Amino acid sequence: MSGQLTVTQLEQTANTIRKDIITMLEAAGSGHSAGPLGLADVVTALYFDIMNIRPEDPEWNERDFFFLSNGHTVPVQYAAMAERGYFDKAELKTLRKLGSRLQGHPERTKLPGLENTSGPLGSGLSQAAGVAYTLQYIESNPKRWVYCITGDGELDEGNIWEAAMFAGKYKLSQLIVFVDRNNIQIDGRTEDVMPLEDLAGKWRAFGWHVQEVDGHNIESLIDAADMAKAITNRPSIVIMHTIPGKGVDFMEYDYHWHGMPPNHEQAKKALHELRTLRGKIRHEGEGV
Amino acid sequence: MSEYRLNPNYASPDVAQEPTRAGFGRGLKQAGSDDERVVALCADLTDSTQMSHFAKAFPERFVEIGVAEQNLVTVASGMARMGKIPFTSSYAAFSPGRNWEQIRTTICLNEQPVKIVGSHAGVSVGPDGATHQMLEDIALMRVLPHMIVVNPGDALEAEKATRALAQDDKNPGYIRLAREKTPIFSTEHSPFEIGKAYVLHQGSDVTIVSTGTMTAQALIAGSILREQGINAEIVHAPTIKPFDVETFIASVSKTGRVVSVEEAQAAAGFGGLIAETLGDHLPAPLLRIGMNDRFGESGSPDELLAHFGFDSKSIAQKVREFIDRVPQYKKGY
Repeated sequence: MSGQLTVTQLEQTANTIRKDIITMLEAAGSGHSAGPLGLADVVTALYFDIMNIRPEDPEWNERDFFFLSNGHTVPVQYAAMAERGYFDKAELKTLRKLGSRLQGHPERTKLPGLENTSGPLGSGLSQAAGVAYTLQYIESNPKRWVYCITGDGELDEGNIWEAAMFAGKYKLSQLIVFVDRNNIQIDGRTEDVMPLEDLAGKWRAFGWHVQEVDGHNIESLIDAADMAKAITNRPSIVIMHTIPGKGVDFMEYDYHWHGMPPNHEQAKKALHELRTLRGKIRHEGEGV
Repeated sequence: MSEYRLNPNYASPDVAQEPTRAGFGRGLKQAGSDDERVVALCADLTDSTQMSHFAKAFPERFVEIGVAEQNLVTVASGMARMGKIPFTSSYAAFSPGRNWEQIRTTICLNEQPVKIVGSHAGVSVGPDGATHQMLEDIALMRVLPHMIVVNPGDALEAEKATRALAQDDKNPGYIRLAREKTPIFSTEHSPFEIGKAYVLHQGSDVTIVSTGTMTAQALIAGSILREQGINAEIVHAPTIKPFDVETFIASVSKTGRVVSVEEAQAAAGFGGLIAETLGDHLPAPLLRIGMNDRFGESGSPDELLAHFGFDSKSIAQKVREFIDRVPQYKKGY
């Protein structure tokens, strides 16, 4: 896939995914808004550039892996998967409905293409580490990569640091983690709830290669993934500075949108902003 | 039904004894040799849990996790995603004691064939005391969808159970092990199949249904009771989930009275299972022998078994009192 879409096309794709997130969440009537919107750029970069995957063959045995550790942000993954062709986009509106493959939190056994079941925080990283360990030490296969996204509030979990120590010990260089550093969690700002800083220093101390990037700059995200792949003696973490609710003015930076969906009026307003890139263009044209 | 072959020496004071964890150690090594997909992970208790035999034989398939039980089972879940059949070992008090949610979400709901090995279960752990004497693991594991729960009766059976679990590349499993040596009541030729219970001794007055190493005590209790003219049927249930309802209910239909025996919390544990099964199928009177809503304490293993009423003499006495007090169930009761 790498290089098939230009950066501009990737940005447009991310915008489409944001619109799908709003539509899905409105239809679902429950769910999380801020996190999925904030992750749209990195998930687009992963599914449309960075990862070696075959949507028509989700269990392809040469694929790269994607573990979403903070399962509550799964609408962004569903939207990206549908956009990438794993399933029909019409199915997005079944999110959180009885009988849907798109469970409120992702379940691997329900939807082909998901690598893990997550929701309770802190255990996606160690599953990704288990895959990376197997690739590196048991199968000696250096050609597959294991990507993992975690939240920042999620880093309060002890399981994360157990996994950090494990990946550091075994120098799991095929493991590349993206942290959604949006500074919010349910009870408020991360630094008030449970301070994470010096976050980069913590990961370095655990033996990781650390990069910090603008989580909304797709080109930087792709460069960071390339750099991480070039590091062959350590696991890599990319701390992505993101804006929660990115792309929708009234949601940005407001932690109240962490666990709330938009109602009809709010969804309409959000979609208008996304279609016009906040008034930068006059027509609400399709494909933007 | 073919007769279960008991070790002819089972009631003798000099019966061979071995800890069930030793049988696990042998079984896992054999499973590793039978199937390359078998991998093993341990949380800093490799010798204690007897995973060391596998680790020495297959170092490239053994992962030292350190004292991190949450990571232990979740890394295993990831390895299962790669097509491996991971065994994780620690003390039962820590795994599944500490990491139950990770087991629930990343192994059971995620349908990965990770096998959780909980060693040093029960009060017979001895002097380490209540913190290490896991009594709630049966209850914790048997409520989980997809989870198979095995509590082998002796070291030979633990070996067979380990190999059987390793051959299942679909379901998660839990195997409960003991620290101390216990009598070998089975033989190499005794049957073991996941999901089966076995009638070890025919009887007509009461069914004593036991799980794990308590079966050795139940068998002796049966001998004591026979001397007193009470003919107890001994049913051994090494698999707690899925439970062999058919064998158990067939026995109770004959005896009309049940005593369950386990070295664990009777509430929600094996006794809970037996109460549920009787409630669903045949409401015969039941006495549950197990821990009753309390923790263990330090002491020698034998002292503790007697203190908490898990030795054969205490079991026989309780069964005797139960029979004196409660009539047999009859249809239309």
